[in-house]
Amino acid sequence: MSAVAPVAGAASPTTLFDKLWQAHEVRLLPGGDSLIYIDRIFLHERTGSIALQSLESAGYPVRDPQRVFCTMDHIVDTFPGRGDKTLMPSGTDFIVATRAAANKSGVQLFDVDHPDQGIAHVISPEQGIALPGLTLVCPDSHTCSLGAVGALAWGIGSSEAEHALATNTLRVRKPRTMRVTVRGQLKPGVTAKDLILHLISAYGADGGSGYAVEFAGSAIEALGVEARLTLCNMAVEFSAFTGLIAPDAITEAYFKGRDHAPSADDWDQAADYWRSLRSDVDAVFDREIILDADAIQPMVTWGTSPEHAVPVSGCAPDPHNFPSAGAESAQKALDYQGIAPGQVMAELAIDAAFIGSCTNSRISDLRLAASILRGKKIAPGVAGVVVPGSRRVKRQAEAEGLHKIFIESGFEWRDSGCSMCFYAGGETFGPGKRVVSSTNRNFEGRQGPGTRTHLASPATVAASAIAGCIRAAVPEENMYTGADAAALQEAIG
Amino acid sequence: MKAFTTHTGVAAPLLRRNIDTDAIIPSREMKRVSKLGLGEGLFAAWRYTMPGGREANPAFVLNQPAYANTSIVLSGENFGCGSSREHAVWALVEYGIRAIIAESFGAIFHTNCIRNGVLPVVLPARDIRALADFVQQDPQRHCLTIDLEQMQVTGEGGQHCVFSLDEGAREMLLQGLDPIAQTLQDREAIAQFEQARATAHPWAFRDYAGSAVSAEFKP
Ligand code: SF4
Repeated sequence: MSAVAPVAGAASPTTLFDKLWQAHEVRLLPGGDSLIYIDRIFLHERTGSIALQSLESAGYPVRDPQRVFCTMDHIVDTFPGRGDKTLMPSGTDFIVATRAAANKSGVQLFDVDHPDQGIAHVISPEQGIALPGLTLVCPDSHTCSLGAVGALAWGIGSSEAEHALATNTLRVRKPRTMRVTVRGQLKPGVTAKDLILHLISAYGADGGSGYAVEFAGSAIEALGVEARLTLCNMAVEFSAFTGLIAPDAITEAYFKGRDHAPSADDWDQAADYWRSLRSDVDAVFDREIILDADAIQPMVTWGTSPEHAVPVSGCAPDPHNFPSAGAESAQKALDYQGIAPGQVMAELAIDAAFIGSCTNSRISDLRLAASILRGKKIAPGVAGVVVPGSRRVKRQAEAEGLHKIFIESGFEWRDSGCSMCFYAGGETFGPGKRVVSSTNRNFEGRQGPGTRTHLASPATVAASAIAGCIRAAVPEENMYTGADAAALQEAIG
Repeated sequence: MKAFTTHTGVAAPLLRRNIDTDAIIPSREMKRVSKLGLGEGLFAAWRYTMPGGREANPAFVLNQPAYANTSIVLSGENFGCGSSREHAVWALVEYGIRAIIAESFGAIFHTNCIRNGVLPVVLPARDIRALADFVQQDPQRHCLTIDLEQMQVTGEGGQHCVFSLDEGAREMLLQGLDPIAQTLQDREAIAQFEQARATAHPWAFRDYAGSAVSAEFKP
């Protein structure tokens, strides 16, 4: 068998996904899987530790440690001045074990005290580790976020991570292709988070099952890279293999000058190749969905699946109107959330507001929330926490004075990490507490036993914190939407 | 990895949609850097009366004597969605689950099953309903048999459902193969592919941060 040089395009109309797949297919295996070449591997202390340890005990070395990166994000505390100690019982063991395994195998580590530490999916594009045209895997389901820059990136389990580390390949069954075209433009105050919640509520939490989903259309092209990352982040909540967006001038501008991104002569060569990474005009997808952007409103979840989402101006459903299988799940979700059928969402009082996670913790998210909180106080009795996705985001926010806006409004300002996006036995808002959260999962117990999560955009979280109940932000002239830097200057002042 | 050829056992219905990996094993139950010690945490939020406690919730199906020694789970759409944590499968394995029959599976979870000798069986809702009706009549006696050679699920009440599974996954399970060892047989092809890729896209193999340049390839 002979290796084939990767080619940028093919003769027949080809989708973006197929171009990326073809460029990485070492060979088709008997049985129908493909052996796919892996360019970058990311690990974190929650699942990476076990993968590295288990690989070592099986006697396989890490094949190319220089293209493996590891961060401490899940278990590390986010209190200022943190160390290896964490609130999570036995959390320190994970941190210490990961550090030892990472150092031993020679992978690049963003340790607890590293100035560029942060959530894996936030720091990999931020530093140009994830790039258009590369394959990137991580034993974490939200790795699909990186499809936003035109990388072929997806989440895997620990055994698969071991396989990737040992061989720089994975055995993968090729998914089908879906294109979600979003026509028109999102209305002011409506964000990428609302768009993805809208899609999942309309087509189901398993609507993307078996597909690699490309997002396209004028509303997507208008999004900045950070908003695109938010969108693709939740492709896994749609059960997709991954999400994808064709790299364009916005993507190029984003990567230019980033630490690990190509520099000098290599830049032009890379950028030339990236420009070929788009679906050809006549490319055929296995499934197409078309959405009108102007029909999308600020969204919030009522239940315990991301598909349980309605406009903030809407009501929780009545399970009696559900098809039989869905009715029981819907009733269980309402019971867990402690809300009645038909509950008006905007009348629901909240106990806490959380801004953070790989979905919405980037600088544009913090700017958006701060533009709403500026000069306001959060409602009495509401606990507010902001957790930047990375230390770079934190530094940038502090340079812009955003942290002061948060602190003055009553939010806690934290160090970076996953924090209360999930519960590992450490910090939680508590049982029965209702949290409006910029995260991606509202599963039972996700933020702690009995904690009730309502997913929403950072704008909705900020507006809800002020109101003391679920509330959409009223788009104002000076509300920062992520569109451009000038708007930011006006918003922040 | 443990091979899967054929298995007969008690099946328990958990007919909810979207049972996520947080529900299968809550993160707080993943206490050590280990694949072991997770069986106790399986379905912890539903199985025990208190979070973190160990008092059995009698209403939960796996706690009922009729479902003692369950080794097959019957479920709805999108089983194992959510987090990629392989701990969900390790917990199922430690508890004694050999197969899960559902309408569909979370993709990462599905692969994790195959890599750990657990068989994910996809069947239509009506078949799962019929199998559940059958086992519920007398769970200890109305066992199900899953035959991966024949790709069928049978019950002694005349139940007979045919399923399919990707050939590659089926081979892995039937033979209990180590996928890394399998792939390393292609070591040469991987190295050649890598050389060709590095020639076409040298930028993809350089680290511009300066600390670690891997432009030159170790074959
Ligand atoms: S922020 Fe939340 S969803 Fe993202 S990687 Fe961390 S725990 Fe997972």
